[in-house]
Amino acid sequence: MPDGFRDDLFEPDRKELGEGPAYRFGLDRREWVAAVGAGLLVTAAGKVAFSAGSDVSEIPPSTRLHLGEDGSITILTGKVEVGQGSRTEVAQAAAEELRVAPAELRVVLADTSVTPNDGSTAGSRTTPSTVPVVRRACAAARELLLRTAAELWGLDPSQLEIQAGAVVKAGERMSYADLAKSSRLTSTRDDSVPRGVPLTKTADWAVLGRSVPKARAREIVTGAHRYPSDIVRPNMLYGCVLRPPSYGAELTSVDLAPATRLGAVAVRDGEFVGFAAKTSHEARNAMTACSKTARWQSGPHPSSEELGTLLKARAQTSGSGRRGPRRRERGDVTAALARGTALARSYEIPYVQHAPMEPRAAVAEWAEGRLTVWTGTQRPFGVRDQLAQAFRLRPEAVRVIVPDTGGGFGGKHTGEVAIEAARLAKAAGRPVSLRWSREEEFAWAYFRPAAAFGVRAALTGNRIQAWDFTAYNPGTAAIETPYDVRNVRTQYFPCDAPLREGSYRGIGATGNNFAREVFMDELAVAAGADPLEFRLENLADERMTDVLRAAADRFGWPGTESFGSGRGTGIAAGFEKGSYIAICAQVRTTGDRVEVERLVSAFECGAILNPRNLEAQVEGCVIQGLGAALTEEIRFEGGRLLNGSFSRYRVPRFRDVPPMDTVLLDRTDIDSAGAGETPIIAVAPALANAVFAATGERLRSLPLRLSRA
Amino acid sequence: MSTDSPAERPLLEVLREDFGLTGTKYGCGEGQCRACTVLIDGRPEPSCLTPVSRAAGASVTTIEGLASGGDLTQVQRAFLEADAAQCGYCTAGMIVEATALLRRNPRPSRSEIVDSMNPHLCRCCGYPNILRAVEMAARPDGDDA
Ligand code: FES
Ligand code: FES
Repeated sequence: MPDGFRDDLFEPDRKELGEGPAYRFGLDRREWVAAVGAGLLVTAAGKVAFSAGSDVSEIPPSTRLHLGEDGSITILTGKVEVGQGSRTEVAQAAAEELRVAPAELRVVLADTSVTPNDGSTAGSRTTPSTVPVVRRACAAARELLLRTAAELWGLDPSQLEIQAGAVVKAGERMSYADLAKSSRLTSTRDDSVPRGVPLTKTADWAVLGRSVPKARAREIVTGAHRYPSDIVRPNMLYGCVLRPPSYGAELTSVDLAPATRLGAVAVRDGEFVGFAAKTSHEARNAMTACSKTARWQSGPHPSSEELGTLLKARAQTSGSGRRGPRRRERGDVTAALARGTALARSYEIPYVQHAPMEPRAAVAEWAEGRLTVWTGTQRPFGVRDQLAQAFRLRPEAVRVIVPDTGGGFGGKHTGEVAIEAARLAKAAGRPVSLRWSREEEFAWAYFRPAAAFGVRAALTGNRIQAWDFTAYNPGTAAIETPYDVRNVRTQYFPCDAPLREGSYRGIGATGNNFAREVFMDELAVAAGADPLEFRLENLADERMTDVLRAAADRFGWPGTESFGSGRGTGIAAGFEKGSYIAICAQVRTTGDRVEVERLVSAFECGAILNPRNLEAQVEGCVIQGLGAALTEEIRFEGGRLLNGSFSRYRVPRFRDVPPMDTVLLDRTDIDSAGAGETPIIAVAPALANAVFAATGERLRSLPLRLSRA
Repeated sequence: MSTDSPAERPLLEVLREDFGLTGTKYGCGEGQCRACTVLIDGRPEPSCLTPVSRAAGASVTTIEGLASGGDLTQVQRAFLEADAAQCGYCTAGMIVEATALLRRNPRPSRSEIVDSMNPHLCRCCGYPNILRAVEMAARPDGDDA
């Protein structure tokens, strides 16, 4: 990374929906103690408290660790598990510092009445932010236990050791459970909690850095785990919601009597029309009966065919702050462009949908004016605040619980399904379960933004002298070039977008890196250089260099295919959120068909916390990227989706998985960064570059489609 | 088990809503993802497209019915060992399908496995580990037959 752009490293993408709530409230003692039990509480900042029955005076809202009188250890975080492995990772982090096995502790995630608020589970922040916080709290607790045992034995702490959940001296042990009950410990005050206890050194890791199997996998393979859509409450009804026939259509009238005649609960509240009944089938029947009576008023809506021009025409060129355009410049780009050999190109990406296997779902229950919602969201506290606002409640009257959820990919930041379920439950006076249909999930969940790009550069020999990058609407992640260029201008314009947009794996980085890395290939061709060598010559960042070399070595770059032979190889790299990816691809083209024959990915995100989970994350992310590169594209016309189903929106399947190699570079000297997003950003450009080598046809928009039949 | 239900109701909803068997998942309702796969008289079927009337009198096995008395089946153990679940939402359908495949063809080739599993979607795209799991279940001793 060139200096001066460091502050961009962790800037949230402008398309990330807002982070964190505006308030922090105390926790409800009854709920907390019911969930966790009596014992010692430790916060990340090293504060301690004790809970005994409902005796505890106040539960600090940032409690990280609870040591029960029964010896049970509970770790608390507001992060959610959507398949990326946060539950396992948090258990590993705590187990490492507490010197116990990860299976011996319980991890409570994302319950707004119990866990601290860790913001949203997004932007690959669990690894770099939450893991260290958990480790610090656990290290402080370990040290406190050690010192307490030393006092009880009348020894110096240095004479004692911690082993397998107990403090030991020659032949004797005092377990954490014994200590948790000791009055010596319960009389500890904040100021006696050890500060700044060093974390276990990477070289000494016994639990971190290992392939600890996924937590709760047994419940998954037996079907016992309850995802948000599986939660059942006593007396529960099933709901469904009447959607407009097209985007922007407004309801003018609807007759709810047919639903009532069928014995269903029917609600109209402004634009919201929903139904609840004893079964989903009855709820749908009620909805169908009423939908025939609904009258809508709709206006014009653009088509996906005109997206590129539309976005540029609707670019917002003035304004400031996070919602406005952004421009950065260093050096003199205009002058440098005039001096070298200049090249200018445009690129485009379409809307894509996350389509997690579990559609949005929520179960809502009201009791005594308080609302509890189980839902699959990546922003539990944000959704709590949305619910509080929607129902004019104090946030502490709302509890959001996020059971481990069926996929997210950045697509579950919002609380619409929670609000809908709560509205129905309120009308029904009974708990309501609402799960969106696949059709709803395609049409009414937000999309990864579509975008257009204009890129210009000037070369002298193989060196880039000027770089001028303009992006319309993708978001700002990875918008700055990681290459070593002196004269750089980067402009970002948000657009008045035709569809609802939000986060996605890597969000802005997917488009920004596609445009940049295909353009890098075009520059290499213009310079007559090998695309790998060309990149290396323009790089000062050794971590990026390392992943490029690692991928190229394993792949045997550049291969032996001759240009335009119908088989070709391509390379691309990328950097985002503290991690690096390089991908080499080989494709074969037949007519307009692109077949991926081989993929090699090299990935580096600092010290590896769990190699097997990391490999699975990288592989899954890369395969998901194959979809966005080759087939995924949301098409719309007249306010309706033209391909809002799995039969028409093609996502990767078993047969689409090419032979793959994943090289993980372990930089134990660098703090760990998240891994669930960055691998996706090099897939599409590597394939586009390979297609060019195979056919001579340069594809500048996604999904990649050859024109020749 | 028995229930009184309109004949056209999807079996999936009857399993989940009447019997509380929530291990079988909804993913699309159009036969495209197979998260809802159950065995009907031993054959894997998408329960989202199966009217409950078709299951009347038949034997229906869901993910909950595979392990007996806490003992996991070979396929379930292989899924654990291969770390084949990311979010795990597709896993029940995958395991039920693989179970049917291995009963039919105890030694499937890799391409036979891919052919059988291909109708199933995993949006986490954990396909490599799922394949590994099915291969491990087919060849528990690790031989390459
Ligand atoms: S839910 Fe039955 S095939 Fe998708
Ligand atoms: S593991 Fe998430 S859908 Fe397959």
